[in-house]
Amino acid sequence: MDFTLFILACPAVGFLLLALAGMRMSHRAAGLTGTLLMAVTTVLSGATAWRFFTAARNADGVLPAQIPFNVEWLPLGGSLHIDMGMLLDPISVMMLVVVSGVSLMVHIYSLGYMKGERGFQRYYAFLSLFTFSMLGLVVAANVFQMYVFWELVGVSSYLLIGFYYTRPEAIAASKKAFIVTRFADLGFLIGILIYGYYVGTFSFSPSQEGLMRGGMMLPWALGLMFIGGAGKSAMFPLHIWLPDAMEGPTPVSALIHAATMVVAGVYQVARLFPLYIGYAPQVLHMVAVVGVVTAFYAATVACVQSDIKRVLAFSTISQIGFMMVALGVCTSVLPHEGGLGYMASMFHLFTHALFKALLFLGAGSIIHAVHSNEMSTMGGLRRYMPVTHITFLVACLAIAGIPGFSGFFSKDEILAACFAYSPVIGWIMTFIAGMTAFYMFRLYYGIFWGRENKALHEAHRPHESPLVMTAPLMILAVLTLAVGWMPFGHFISSDGEAYDIHIDATVASVSVIVALIAIALATWMYARPQQPVADALARRFPALHRAAYRRFYMDEAWLFVTRRIIFRCVSAPLAWWDRRVIDQFMNFMAWSANACAEELQPVQSGKVQSYTLWFLGGIVVLTLVLLAC
Amino acid sequence: MNILSLFVLIPLLMLAGLWLARTLNQVRGVMVTGASLLLAAAVWLTVAYIGQRNAGAAQEMLFTDSITWYAPLHICYSVGVDGISVAMLLLSAIIVFTGTFASWRLQPLTKEYFLWFTLLSTGVFGFFISTDLFTMFMFYEVALIPMYLLIGVWGSGRKEYAAMKLTLMLMGASAFLLIGILGIYYGAGGDTMNILELVKRDIPYDMQRLFFPLVFLGFGVLGALFPFHTWSPDGHASAPTAVSMLHAGVLMKLGGYGCFRVAMYLMPEGAAEWGNFFLVLTTISVVYGAFSAVVQTDLKYINAYSSVSHCGLVLFALLMMTRTSCTGAILQMLSHGLMTALFFALIGMIYGRTHTRDIRQLRGLMRIMPFLSVGYVIAGLANLGLPGLSGFVAEMTVFVGSFEHPDTFHRTCTLIATMSIVITAVYILRVVGRILYGTCTNEAHLKLTDATWDERFAVICLIAAVAGLGIAPLWMSNLISESVAPVIAQLLGHAL
Repeated sequence: MDFTLFILACPAVGFLLLALAGMRMSHRAAGLTGTLLMAVTTVLSGATAWRFFTAARNADGVLPAQIPFNVEWLPLGGSLHIDMGMLLDPISVMMLVVVSGVSLMVHIYSLGYMKGERGFQRYYAFLSLFTFSMLGLVVAANVFQMYVFWELVGVSSYLLIGFYYTRPEAIAASKKAFIVTRFADLGFLIGILIYGYYVGTFSFSPSQEGLMRGGMMLPWALGLMFIGGAGKSAMFPLHIWLPDAMEGPTPVSALIHAATMVVAGVYQVARLFPLYIGYAPQVLHMVAVVGVVTAFYAATVACVQSDIKRVLAFSTISQIGFMMVALGVCTSVLPHEGGLGYMASMFHLFTHALFKALLFLGAGSIIHAVHSNEMSTMGGLRRYMPVTHITFLVACLAIAGIPGFSGFFSKDEILAACFAYSPVIGWIMTFIAGMTAFYMFRLYYGIFWGRENKALHEAHRPHESPLVMTAPLMILAVLTLAVGWMPFGHFISSDGEAYDIHIDATVASVSVIVALIAIALATWMYARPQQPVADALARRFPALHRAAYRRFYMDEAWLFVTRRIIFRCVSAPLAWWDRRVIDQFMNFMAWSANACAEELQPVQSGKVQSYTLWFLGGIVVLTLVLLAC
Repeated sequence: MNILSLFVLIPLLMLAGLWLARTLNQVRGVMVTGASLLLAAAVWLTVAYIGQRNAGAAQEMLFTDSITWYAPLHICYSVGVDGISVAMLLLSAIIVFTGTFASWRLQPLTKEYFLWFTLLSTGVFGFFISTDLFTMFMFYEVALIPMYLLIGVWGSGRKEYAAMKLTLMLMGASAFLLIGILGIYYGAGGDTMNILELVKRDIPYDMQRLFFPLVFLGFGVLGALFPFHTWSPDGHASAPTAVSMLHAGVLMKLGGYGCFRVAMYLMPEGAAEWGNFFLVLTTISVVYGAFSAVVQTDLKYINAYSSVSHCGLVLFALLMMTRTSCTGAILQMLSHGLMTALFFALIGMIYGRTHTRDIRQLRGLMRIMPFLSVGYVIAGLANLGLPGLSGFVAEMTVFVGSFEHPDTFHRTCTLIATMSIVITAVYILRVVGRILYGTCTNEAHLKLTDATWDERFAVICLIAAVAGLGIAPLWMSNLISESVAPVIAQLLGHAL
C-alpha cells in the first residue's frame, strides 16, 4: 500500500480518536494528538509532492498523474458508480501541500489561541474532521467523490463556525453558512446528475464518445456545477455567508474561510478546466464576469468595514474573485496562447493561502491581545506586538503586490492574463488591485498606527502573543517572502508542460505604480492619529458610506427572500393548509360518518308501532314498484 | 422447520414469556433475550443469504416454504426472502432491539406495554417473510391493531384522538387493500395467493387498471402518501417513544414494501397506467412535507412531516421504476427507518426529561445533556443527507436513478424532489440551533441529567447502524439491487 493513503488516514484517525475519547483526555493531550497527527500528514504530503514533482516527465513533457488507489463505493446502475479514490496530479498535489501545511500551522497556533477554552478537544476533533474532508476533496478522483467531501467540508465548516454555540450570532452564522452553501450545492448536484447521465461517467476525464454524447448538455452541467463552486467560494451574490462565518474562532477563519475551503470553487473550476475549455468556453467567460463583479464588490465593501475580520473576509472574497477571473479569461489550454490564467490562478491560490492565513492568524493574535475585533479598540499596537506587526506588514505588502513579495508574482500573472484577454478587464482588475492595496493599508494603519485607543490600552495593556502563536506567524511570513520566487510554472501549467514565468514589464510597472499610489493614499488618510480626510469623506457621502458599511444591503435582500417568501408565503400557508384543510377534511369524514349514525339511530327506536309503520310503508312501496314494472 | 419461521416464533415465545413474567426484571429479561435473538437471527439470515447467493443460488426467493392453511381459498403460510426482505428484517430487528432499550423505564403497565409491542413486532416480521398475499395481509393487520392500544393507553397529549385517527385511516386503507388483493386473486385465475406464482400469471389489463390504484393506495397511506398522510403527525406526536420508533422506523416501510412487492410487481400494466398520477402525488409529498416541517414547533411534528417527505421519496423512487431508483428507494426505507428511529428515540428521551416538545421552550440543551444533544445533531445530519451517514447514500441513489428518465415530466419531478435536500437542511438546522445551542434560562431544565446507560446503548446502536450503512453501502446496495432486478424486468416487460 502506498504511503499516500495515510495522508487521509491520519486526520481521520485523529477525528475519531478525539471525538470518541477526547472528553477523557486533557486539553494538552488532545491538542498534541491532533497536532502530531497533522504533522505526520504534512510530512507525508511534502514527501508526496517531492516524489511527484521530481518524477520523470512523459514524452510530451507532462508529469504523469497517479492513482494510488481507487475502490468502488456505491454502484448507481449502468456504467455509473461512485468511487473513492486518490488522484495525484499537479494541482491536487499542490493543494495537498497547501491544505496540510496551513492546517498544521493552525493546529500549532490554536494550542496557544484556544488555550483554556471550553470544548478544546471538540475544537481539535473538528479541525481534524475538516482537514480530512478537505484533503479528500482535493484528491478526489471523480466528481461525485468531490461532492461527497464537498458536503463534508461544509459540515465541518458549520460545526466550527458554530463552535461558540452559546452565542446567538455564531448559531445564526453557522446556520446561514450551511444553508446558503447547501442551496448552491443543489446546483452542483444537478450538474453532476446531468454530467453523469449524458457523459455516462463521473470521471474527470471521460472518454471521447462520452463527451460527444454529452455535447450540448455539457455547458449546462458545468454551469450548474459552477453554482456549487460559487457558493463555496463566496462569489457574488452567494457570498453572504462568508462575512458572518467570522463568528468562528479566528484560526478557523484562517484555515477554512481564507486559505482552503473557500478556494474549493476555484479548485473545482481548475479541476474541470479541460472540459470548460473544450466544450463550454462561454461558461468559462461567465465565470470571469462573476469573478470581476465579486472582486469589485467585495473590495468596495472592504474599504469601510470596521471589524478587522470582516475586512479580511471581504478581502478574501475579492481575492477569490481574482482567481476566478484568471481562470475565466483562459481561451486555450496552451499557456502561451491564452492559457496563462490557469497557472496564474493556481499560483495566486497558493500564495494567497499563505499570506491570507498569515493575515488571519495575525488578526487572531491582535484579537487575543485586545479582546475585540473592532478597529476602534486598536491603533498604535506596533509598540506592543512587534512580531505580529512585522509579519502582518509582510502579508499586507504581499497582498498589495509589492515586488519581491509572493503576491506580486501571482497577481502580476493574473493581470497579464486579463490584459491578454481584454484590456477592459485588465484595467478593471488593475484598479481593484489598487483598491486592495488601499484597504489593506487602511487596515494595517488602523491596527498598528493611526488613532490609538489609549484609554483602553492603559486599562489593559496589550501584549505580544506566546511563541506557540508567533512561530506560525514567522514561518508563514518567511514563506510569503520566499514562494514568489519559485518557478511555479514548472510545476503547474494549463497543459501540464513546464512553463517559464516571465514578468511582463509593462503590466508589472503599471500595477506596482497603482499599488504604491494606493498605499500612499492610505498612508495619507489613515497613518496619523487625526484622520480629517477619511472622516470628511464619510460625512460627505453618508448614504454611500452606510450602504457600503451594510454591504450594499445584500443580507437584507436575502433575509427578505428567506423570511418573507419561504417562511411566510410558502411554509406557513402550507402548514395551515395541511392542518386546516386536508386534516379537517379527514375529520369531516369521521364527523359525517358519526352524524349519519346519529341521524339513523332513531330508526332503531325499539317501538313496535314505528317498526310496523315502516314495514307497511315498505310493502306499499315495493308493491307499487313491482306493479309499475 | 424453516429458518424464517423463527421470526414469527421468537416473538410468539416472547409473548408467552411475557405472559408468565411476574416481575419487572423478568419482563425486561424476556424482552432483551427475545430482541437479541431476533437480531442474531436477522444477522445470521443476512450472512446466510449472501452466502447462498455467492454460492450461485439463482432463485428469486431463498429459504422458501409453504404450508397450506385454508385450502378452499388457496391460502398458504408461504415464506421466502430476497435481498429486500432481508434488508427489511434486519432493519426491523435493529429497531425492535433498540426500541426495547428505549422503553426500558416505561411506566406504568410495563408488561402489558411490551405484550402489545411484541405483538406488533410479530406482525411486522411476519409481513416481511410472507409471500402469500393473504398471510401478508393478516400480518399487516396484526401489526396495525396494537398501535391503537399502544398510542391510546401509553401515549401523550390528545392520545385517544390520535389513536382513533391513525387506526381509522389505516384500516380504511386496508379495506381498499383487501379488495385489491381479492382482485389480484381472482384476476389471476383464483387458484393461488402466492406472489411467486401470481407473477407468472397474466392478470387482465382491465383488472390491473382497476385494482392497481386500490392496492397502491392501500399501502401508500401507510407510507404517508399525500394527501392521506395526516394520521402521521398526530399519531407520532402522541405515541410513546418506542412506538414512534417502530412505527416510523418499520411500520411505514410496510407501505413502501407492499407497493413494490404487491402493487407494482403483480400489476405492471396497472403501474404503467397509473404511475404518473401517483408520481405527482409523491412529488408533492416530498416537497410538501419538507416545507410543512419548516414552520412546525413541536419536535415530533417536525419529524413526522420530515417522514412524510422522506417516505414520499421512497414511493417517488419506486414509481420512477428504474433499477437504480428502486434500489435507492429500498435504501431510503432502510436509512429512513434507522435515522427516524434514532430521532424519535432522542426526542422521547428529551421529552421524558423536559416534559415539553415545544421548540420555543427548549434552549441550550447541549450543555445540559451533551450526549443526547450530540446524538440529535448526528441524527439531524443523517437526515439532511451528510455523506458518511445513511441518508446521503439513499438519496443519491434515488436521484441518480430518477435522472435516468430523460422525458420532461419525470425530469421536472426529479428536479422538484431534489429541492427537498435544501429545505431539509433548513428545518433540521433550525431545530438544532433553537433547542441545542444557546444558553438555557429555564431553571427547571438546568437540573436535568443526561442519558442513562440503557438510553445510551440504544442511541449508540442506532448511530452505529446509520454510520455503518453510510460509510460502507456497497454490500447493502448490491444485496438490494440484485433483488430489485426481477421486479424491474417485470415492469419493463409489460410497459413495452
